[in-house]
Amino acid sequence: MRTNFQSNLFFSYLKRDLLIAFRRRSASLNPLIFFVMIVALMPLSLGSYESRLQQIAPGVIWIMALLSVLLSSESLFDEDYRDGSLEQMIITPNLLFMLVLGKITAHWLTKSLPIAIASPLMGLLLSMSPESIFSLMIGLIIGTACFTLLGGLGAALTVATKDKSFLLALIIMPLYVPIIIFGSSMIYYRIDGMDWSYPLAALLSIFCMLTILSPLSISGIFRSSMVE
Amino acid sequence: MNWNWFHKFASPKWFYQISERILPGLCVVTFSLLCVGLIWGIGFAPADAKQGNSFRIIYLHVPSSFLALAGYFLMAFAGAIGLVWRIKLSFWVMKCAAPIGGIFTLLALVTGGLWGKPTWGSFWVWDARATSMLILLFLYIGVYLLGRSFQNLDSGDKASAFLSIIGTVNIPIIYKSVDWWFTLHQPATINFTSAPSMHPDMFYPLFIMIIAFYLVYGLALILSLRVEILSRERKTKWVRKLISQQ
Repeated sequence: MRTNFQSNLFFSYLKRDLLIAFRRRSASLNPLIFFVMIVALMPLSLGSYESRLQQIAPGVIWIMALLSVLLSSESLFDEDYRDGSLEQMIITPNLLFMLVLGKITAHWLTKSLPIAIASPLMGLLLSMSPESIFSLMIGLIIGTACFTLLGGLGAALTVATKDKSFLLALIIMPLYVPIIIFGSSMIYYRIDGMDWSYPLAALLSIFCMLTILSPLSISGIFRSSMVE
Repeated sequence: MNWNWFHKFASPKWFYQISERILPGLCVVTFSLLCVGLIWGIGFAPADAKQGNSFRIIYLHVPSSFLALAGYFLMAFAGAIGLVWRIKLSFWVMKCAAPIGGIFTLLALVTGGLWGKPTWGSFWVWDARATSMLILLFLYIGVYLLGRSFQNLDSGDKASAFLSIIGTVNIPIIYKSVDWWFTLHQPATINFTSAPSMHPDMFYPLFIMIIAFYLVYGLALILSLRVEILSRERKTKWVRKLISQQ
């Protein structure tokens, strides 16, 4: 009965945040549009030589996806913090874990997943081969989830500060290093004809770890900051 | 069991008074060890067979790298103690440890680059250790900035304590992933892992330097902690009394 209630909690917050995102469609599209535009700028600054683009495209797309998710992470708890509903959520006797996980999932579905879905198109624009595009998309689906989970951590830490966006980027960027490494090497393994399941497995294990640890630490951060 | 002795350690006033007594002795020991280690290492230790005299920067590089990593764990440990037992002194230790550790990391990176120029031919090589040191520096900067960006100093302490603990969990993962990335991208041109064992004449001054650097770290931490205590406790009676006496 208790577990059933907790999963209801998860779905109710998921539904609430999805509804909010749907009512503010243009704001939800911002990260995706940012991603598309900034990737389209790359060939203009690097020259449109196919061989050069092919070589750097996986890394460029990964970094740009990171930036887009990072920019949107700031808004994860910001609104709820300012209108006071975050405080109300924290003082309820419910398990914060499910609530936070629900909010992060909604954020991932509306703001980060579209980036992963648009990435094959960007891969085509940067003349990547079809096989590497496939591993790019698989990697980005998991990778954006990891980015969002870590971004939530940064958003929880910086929610009460004044100049959040820069601070959030500064404190979270070092933690992104393993994800970037495993994610982009998946594609380079694929291009070199090696078995790319090793980096994929590493990426998946980081994802599993973050799914548990990130909402746990976020609820710890909220609880301890509410004590005062 | 009487736990009063334990609570005494958490009292800023007690720490301020006891540190005043040990500071002169600590200063003397630190500077004499530093002088002995430096003069021995730079002046008298034998030159390296392959690298000549350029290896002597090891006497700064290795101790500062030690302290960069040990300082991070000390910072995270102090933050964890502060969060669990709500000891303010512990939070302040963490807060003071961030810039000091960051400076040691920077020193390790700079001396590493200066050493790398004559031996590898470039100031910077993207190898696993140098890269994870750079990321460690970023982590330090993050902890430092986060703690200072809150209007309420206590919530800044808590937030940066959380961040330093999260960073500690991540350090092994970052190191392993960078290590793996390095072996993937750059087949080992320089072999770092099988360094030849050191000659005792070279090792003794290094050992002295490591101890001296630990003491320098402790000294810097105590000094900045004393400043932090005075500024955070400035409204208490004992600090006012102390100031009016001088």
